[in-house]
Amino acid sequence: MTEKMIRVLVAKPGLDGHDRGAKVVARALRDAGFEVIYTGLHQTPEQVVETALQEDVDVVGLSILSGAHMTLVPRIKKMLAENGMDEVLMIVGGIIPADDAAELINSGSAEQVFTPGEPLDNITEYISSKCKSNMQS
Amino acid sequence: MDKENIKRIGQKKEIWQEQADQTSERGEPFITVSGRPVGALYTPLDIDNLDYENDLGFPGRYPYTRGVQTNMYRGRIWTMRQFSGFGDAFDSNRRYRYLLEQGQTGLSVAFDMPTIMGYDSDSERSLGEVGRCGVAIDSLEDMEVLFDQIPLDQVTTSMTINGPAAILWCMYLANAENQGVSLAKVGGTIQNDILKEYIAQKSWIFPPEPSMRLITDIFSFSADHVPRWNTISISGYHIREAGSTAAQELAFTLADGFAYVEAGIKAGLDVDRFAPRLSFFFNAHIDFFEEICKYRAARRIWARRMKEHYGARDERSLKMRFHTQTAGCSLTAQEPENNIVRTAIEALSAVLGGTQSLHTNSMDEVMALPTEKAVKIALRTQQIIAYESGAANTIDPLAGSYYVEALTDQLESEAEAYFQKIDDLGGVLPAIDQGFFQQEIADAAYSYQRAVDQGDLSVIGVNRYNTGEQAEIDLLKIAPEVEEKQVKRLKRLKEKRDGDAVNRSLENLKKSASGSDNLIPKILDSVKVYATEGEIVAALKEVFGEYREKPLF
Repeated sequence: MTEKMIRVLVAKPGLDGHDRGAKVVARALRDAGFEVIYTGLHQTPEQVVETALQEDVDVVGLSILSGAHMTLVPRIKKMLAENGMDEVLMIVGGIIPADDAAELINSGSAEQVFTPGEPLDNITEYISSKCKSNMQS
Repeated sequence: MDKENIKRIGQKKEIWQEQADQTSERGEPFITVSGRPVGALYTPLDIDNLDYENDLGFPGRYPYTRGVQTNMYRGRIWTMRQFSGFGDAFDSNRRYRYLLEQGQTGLSVAFDMPTIMGYDSDSERSLGEVGRCGVAIDSLEDMEVLFDQIPLDQVTTSMTINGPAAILWCMYLANAENQGVSLAKVGGTIQNDILKEYIAQKSWIFPPEPSMRLITDIFSFSADHVPRWNTISISGYHIREAGSTAAQELAFTLADGFAYVEAGIKAGLDVDRFAPRLSFFFNAHIDFFEEICKYRAARRIWARRMKEHYGARDERSLKMRFHTQTAGCSLTAQEPENNIVRTAIEALSAVLGGTQSLHTNSMDEVMALPTEKAVKIALRTQQIIAYESGAANTIDPLAGSYYVEALTDQLESEAEAYFQKIDDLGGVLPAIDQGFFQQEIADAAYSYQRAVDQGDLSVIGVNRYNTGEQAEIDLLKIAPEVEEKQVKRLKRLKEKRDGDAVNRSLENLKKSASGSDNLIPKILDSVKVYATEGEIVAALKEVFGEYREKPLF
């Protein structure tokens, strides 16, 4: 039996142009064998959700370094759910203060938040293990 | 050094090398943060070709390797300029006045993302972003508040703004005139460097051609009316933050600089009419010596090319003046107090490299905008270097170091190799179009991250001596009401201003944009009748269109 490739959308919502982290993570995921779609910069929440739907992804990774995460993440999560994508694994990366990260996770907007200093392998392993257990459950 | 001496040193070095080869090393790679291998020992053999008068010379003299001023910091300490801005204009005005009271000597405005991208605070695109990573400025009215009680004939201001630089600059100038300060007396800098936006920072609005036109319009208007203004700050900072190596930062920034010189000449300006107002902006990363060499190499390359290639005769055109900011990307969220130490080392490299102004990052900037306490420590770091450490007592104190001179030469030749590659691709704009810079930087960023993950590069508290402790420091919170308040202010402004005058000015602006007039006087007319930034950008977009990037990783 061949395993279905895990499809990950790496998205840059909002106006900030800091794409270093998004691109490094995207490449690490690709190298680890995931199918990676990168949206490019300055995406509206609508554009992110549309791409997620079109590409039928398993994981959405949002990279935000503008401080707008408390607005953008819940909004995108809600729109994904409204479009029948509430099963999608939502992860967030960027400049996210610990209090905000906890709130995003507790409110169910994000499954996990990765901040600077996180080794790339931790991110790829996290997604692998989460997606495997999702598929088994 | 004579040939006999060199020969003798060579022989002795061979003997030393044999002994050194028999001793064991620590077992980790000896590389700079850019991945450059570093030798165990540098000797006169490494700078055998150095010609003091031609390659180094004297401070304030061609080729300016040792500095652009004759007496450097013995005459005047660099400008301490902390980049700052958050919330609305009222919040930021309070922070600016605090910084000036603490002995800061220049202002540096950070705008929020909507302002940087040309959207008003009430735009759908601005939701959640107003006042978050800088100050929200929509119109001249906000600019008036931002500089309330700050005398613009005494303080110089740097503004980090690129795509809409012309508009924010016009607001600043109009406000100075309102304060009764003549344009001839106003001093400061606009970043206005669109090429590095396409390359690295990615905050663009218009496509390259009209963007370059706006820039040369600014060069020309400033030469005639605002002679003390630095019309552009050609920036390597963001190229480095995006993940480039030191050599790439050096080469890509200078290549951009030459592209602006060529654009000015192509627009019919004499090189010596605008080149004296070009300024630069570099990153100070953590690899101490490599950074110092980068600044020294940058000055020498600029001077030589400007003289030999572009025929500049005014010595001010040959002098590379630059601002430096310590590396945000070197800071860690883990044990954030360690960032104070990193920043001090980086700041010292900028000073030993001869910077004209300096921003030191605050320890908490890896998590949020800085608190007042954190920014005070960052400023004090500069003051300790300036007045306690002795580093500012003598000029270019590392000159003549075998390592520093050899590495300065090496960086210069690596930059020259990149210039050749960029020329082969047809120049900076075609190279951007082909994704050359973007791919080079993405590759370097990825190699760096892998090197850290593998432990080839150490980051204390992250991949070495990581205790797993959570940071416990206070962070600056931007109140959610800021956005609401700013949107209300904007609504009130739109009700009370002369709407017909606004519409007329925008129509005029569009007409000029379709032709070839200098656009600055038209933009000034628009801001003076309180047209908003978003309205002016929208009008220009109708004529110029918008830039889109092909995403790659």
